[in-house]
Amino acid sequence: MLRYMRRNRSLVVGLCLLLLVLLFAGLGRLLWDTSLAAPLSAPPNRPPSWEHPLGTDRQGRDLLAVMIVGTPLTLYIGLLAGFIGVAIGTVLALTSAYYGGVVDSVIRGLVDVGLTIPTLLVLILLAVSVRSSLSVSQMALVVASLSWLWPTRTIRSQVLSIKERAYIQVARLSGASNRQIIFFEIMPNLLPYLAATFVGAVGAAILASIGLEVIGLGPIEANTLGMTIYWVTYYAALLHGMWWWFMPPVVIIIMVFVGLFAISAGLDELANPRTRRGV
Amino acid sequence: MRLDYIVRRLVLFVIVVWAAATLNFFLPRLSGKDPIRDKLIQQAAAGGYVHTGIQQMVEEYEQKFGLDRPLWVQYLTYLGDVARLDFGYSIANYPRTVMGIMADSIPWTVGLLLTTTLLAFVIGSILGALLAWPRSPRFVQYLFPPLLTLSAIPYFLLGLCLIYLFAFRLKLFPLFGGYTPGTFPALTLNFALDVLKHSILPALSILLASLGFWALGMRGMMVTVEGEDYMTFAEAAGLKSSTLFFTYAIRNALLPQTTSLGLALGHVLSGALLVEVIFSYPGIGTTLYHAIRQFDYFLIQGIVFTIVLGVTLATLVLDLIYPLLDPRITYQRA
Repeated sequence: MLRYMRRNRSLVVGLCLLLLVLLFAGLGRLLWDTSLAAPLSAPPNRPPSWEHPLGTDRQGRDLLAVMIVGTPLTLYIGLLAGFIGVAIGTVLALTSAYYGGVVDSVIRGLVDVGLTIPTLLVLILLAVSVRSSLSVSQMALVVASLSWLWPTRTIRSQVLSIKERAYIQVARLSGASNRQIIFFEIMPNLLPYLAATFVGAVGAAILASIGLEVIGLGPIEANTLGMTIYWVTYYAALLHGMWWWFMPPVVIIIMVFVGLFAISAGLDELANPRTRRGV
Repeated sequence: MRLDYIVRRLVLFVIVVWAAATLNFFLPRLSGKDPIRDKLIQQAAAGGYVHTGIQQMVEEYEQKFGLDRPLWVQYLTYLGDVARLDFGYSIANYPRTVMGIMADSIPWTVGLLLTTTLLAFVIGSILGALLAWPRSPRFVQYLFPPLLTLSAIPYFLLGLCLIYLFAFRLKLFPLFGGYTPGTFPALTLNFALDVLKHSILPALSILLASLGFWALGMRGMMVTVEGEDYMTFAEAAGLKSSTLFFTYAIRNALLPQTTSLGLALGHVLSGALLVEVIFSYPGIGTTLYHAIRQFDYFLIQGIVFTIVLGVTLATLVLDLIYPLLDPRITYQRA
């Protein structure tokens, strides 16, 4: 395992980046007073100093505390929406690819139509419709409502290819039931793909949630990373040169995205031994 | 066979547009909120009027907008309106129609998107081809990791960094907007230069973030093409390296690459909408941002539907062009 990790550099880089982000959020919660993330808990518009290492924003939040509170929230939205997306996607993909026929046509048609429409726009429409009181979890559910489309398509094609392999036919000939074949023959071989799809879905969900937040449909009371960027544009922090306000969320988000991207590239290599580098 | 493909593609187009219109109609109604009543009460509260007449006013407006009729009649009327691209009036800027507001901003978005997408496609593909070409200069290989990293970053975050660096610190470019405030849009050289100067940073943030995507795809295609027999044959025939590169490798690798163009469109567009917000660029994304802030329901619906229509139409056109571009595609029934 360790020897393989040494060869699969992008997996290691990705895991390290995410670990760093988690470490920051975890240790920060222990070492720093997170109640400073509430508005009016510090003097506003201060550049970084010993008292407030990342400075404070216009509404008097301590930005270090905001980052410590916001990072887990943003990751939580991504993980929840990504998990729901992959779970629904796997079920739909398995039924669609394994049973075929009308079910397959309907599911494939839905996915084709859904993927043609830019996701962000439907999410905007949805978020506007339920806007009254969007909490962080509701935000995740809104994002999850469309996050199953892409997993369904990719997993379906993977199942189709696994389905034709010889060991499935052997299992069928030896009298295994459909359920046995799905759970004991297809699923174990699907797992690496599911992991890669999950990582991709989490990234897409975080991107969608930040997009919604930047355009002004996020959970106003929550201090997620995307909301911080929304406040940056709302108060035109750039025109005042308040770099300490937007740099921390940008750096953390970039670390998360590059980390997820590298992990999914690494998992891809794990799942497709043919693209593995020679020893 | 060919006709079959075209018909299937057209049917998908109609279904997508119909689905978008239906979502547009039913989603807001599911929430059980009443935009007209909300708006009137909000205005009344802002103006300090007495609240007694509101109920009658709401009824009056509902009658006027047909909101008192049964749902299916409203739905059919809505579909009819949408088919004529009539999205009604903006609630926040009342006498203006949704179509009129959109007509002002769409050219900005189309101009920005068209140039950046084409540039990213061309530059990214050439870079990708060079990356896979064994005889390309050494430094190209070093470009790949940074390009990949950039492609993982959302466009608008890159935009934020670019504004701070180039507009605020170095003062090379304007900080926001599509043209200098105070000037009026006109077809003069000065105005064109002004627009160009304002659009460089937004364009750059879209360009830098999407180059990696194209380079990655092209590199994969080039590797496949280089393994083909005709490449070995052409090389054995003693053709020049540049002929091999341009007419044998690139020509064949580029065609599948155009397929991704259709797939990437929706993604690029969503990213570009947010870039516009960050730069206050006067395109459709900024209009949408303001519509959401003012809770201008009809404008939001109109913009969402128009963008979906545009993306679907573009995808349809691209899908119909591929068979002409690439004679190898036959689109047989699966």
